[in-house]
Amino acid sequence: MAEDNTDTRVVTITSGKGGVGKTTLTANLGVALAMRGQRVVVIDADVGLRNLDVMLGLENRIVYDLVDVIEERCRLRQAVVRHKHLSKLFLLPAAQTRDKTAVGVQDMLGICAELVKDHDVILIDSPAGIERGFRYAIAPANEVLIVTNPEVPAARDADRVIGLIEAEEKGPARLVINRIKPKLVERGEMLSIADVVELLAIDLIGVVPEDQDVLIAANRGQPLAVSPDGSLAGHAFHNIARRMLGEDVPFQPLREPGVFERFLRFVSPGVNASPRRI
Amino acid sequence: MGFLERLFGRGEPSSGRVAKERLRLVLTQDRAGISPALLDTLKDDIITVISRHLDVDVDSVQVTVTQSNRESSLVADIPLKDQRGTRQG
Repeated sequence: MAEDNTDTRVVTITSGKGGVGKTTLTANLGVALAMRGQRVVVIDADVGLRNLDVMLGLENRIVYDLVDVIEERCRLRQAVVRHKHLSKLFLLPAAQTRDKTAVGVQDMLGICAELVKDHDVILIDSPAGIERGFRYAIAPANEVLIVTNPEVPAARDADRVIGLIEAEEKGPARLVINRIKPKLVERGEMLSIADVVELLAIDLIGVVPEDQDVLIAANRGQPLAVSPDGSLAGHAFHNIARRMLGEDVPFQPLREPGVFERFLRFVSPGVNASPRRI
Repeated sequence: MGFLERLFGRGEPSSGRVAKERLRLVLTQDRAGISPALLDTLKDDIITVISRHLDVDVDSVQVTVTQSNRESSLVADIPLKDQRGTRQG
C-alpha cells in the first residue's frame, strides 16, 4: 500500500477553443514526465470524444473507462492502463459512448483523491469549451496549463478561460503557445510569442513550433516526446516538462539560425534574434 | 508587401500587426463586458451630462476601455471648445 502523496501535482490542460493541441500536449507531457522518473497518470476527461488513448497508442488495451469507475462497474485500478514502453506512465481513458452528463465535479475529485496515492503527477486533458466538461476537468486541479495557438480566435478563447480560472482561484495558469510558425512570425504575418504573452498577461511555460514530426509520431501511436531527437517540437515538450519540475530551462530558438544570421551574429554579437527566442 | 515598402515603412501594416490590434480590442471588450455599441451609448450620455456645464468639442470626444495587465479602466477623453473667443473682457 503506497503512502498518501500530498505533493502530487494535479495539472489540468485546457484551452477554451478546440483543435489547438490539448490532447497532443497532454500525451507528450505525460511521456516526457514519465521519462524523467515521475509516476504519471493522464486522465482523458473528454467523455464522448475519447482520443488520448489513440495518441498514446493504447486504444487496443482499454477494458474499462472513467464512467465505468464512476458508475462502479469496476474499480479504479482496473480502468487504469499502463503504457506499453514507459513503466511509469498510465492512462485513465474516457468513455466513448456516453456524454459529459455522466461525470460530475465530485466524481473527478474522488478519482483524483484516489490517484494521488500512487502518482507524482496527474495530467487531466480537458474537453474544449467552458461548460460542464471544462468545469469537472478543472475542479481537482492545483495547477492549470492553458494551450493556445498564435491566432486571434484561439487567443481570445484562452483569455476567457484564464478569466474563469482566476475566478475559481486555481492559482496562476501558465501558457503554452502551440503551433507557432517561426517563418511567418519573421515575415510579420503571425502573432509573435511576445504579442500573445503581452495581451494574455500570464506566465509562459512553453512554446511548441509547428512540426510535421508531431503528426507522423501520432500516426504511429507513439508521441514525439518518446524519441525527440532532432525535432524542435519534441524538445519543446521535454522543456515544458523540465520547467514543470522546477528546472530553469531557457527558451530555445525556434529554428536553427541560417548562414546569414550566423554571419550577422559573428560581426555583431550584441544583435540577437530575440523575437524568435523567448 | 514588397521588401522596399517594408523597409521604408510604407504600404499596409503586416497581418501579424493587424491581428495583434484586433486581438487587443476583442480582449478589452470581452474582459470588461463592454460592447462597441455600449461604448457609443456611454459616449453620448457623457456628452449630454458634461454639455450641461461645459462647452464640449463633441466631435473629438473618445471613450475607450484600456487594460493594464488584466485590469480594465474606462477612459473618457473630453476636449473642451476653446473658450477664449467667448470670454468677457
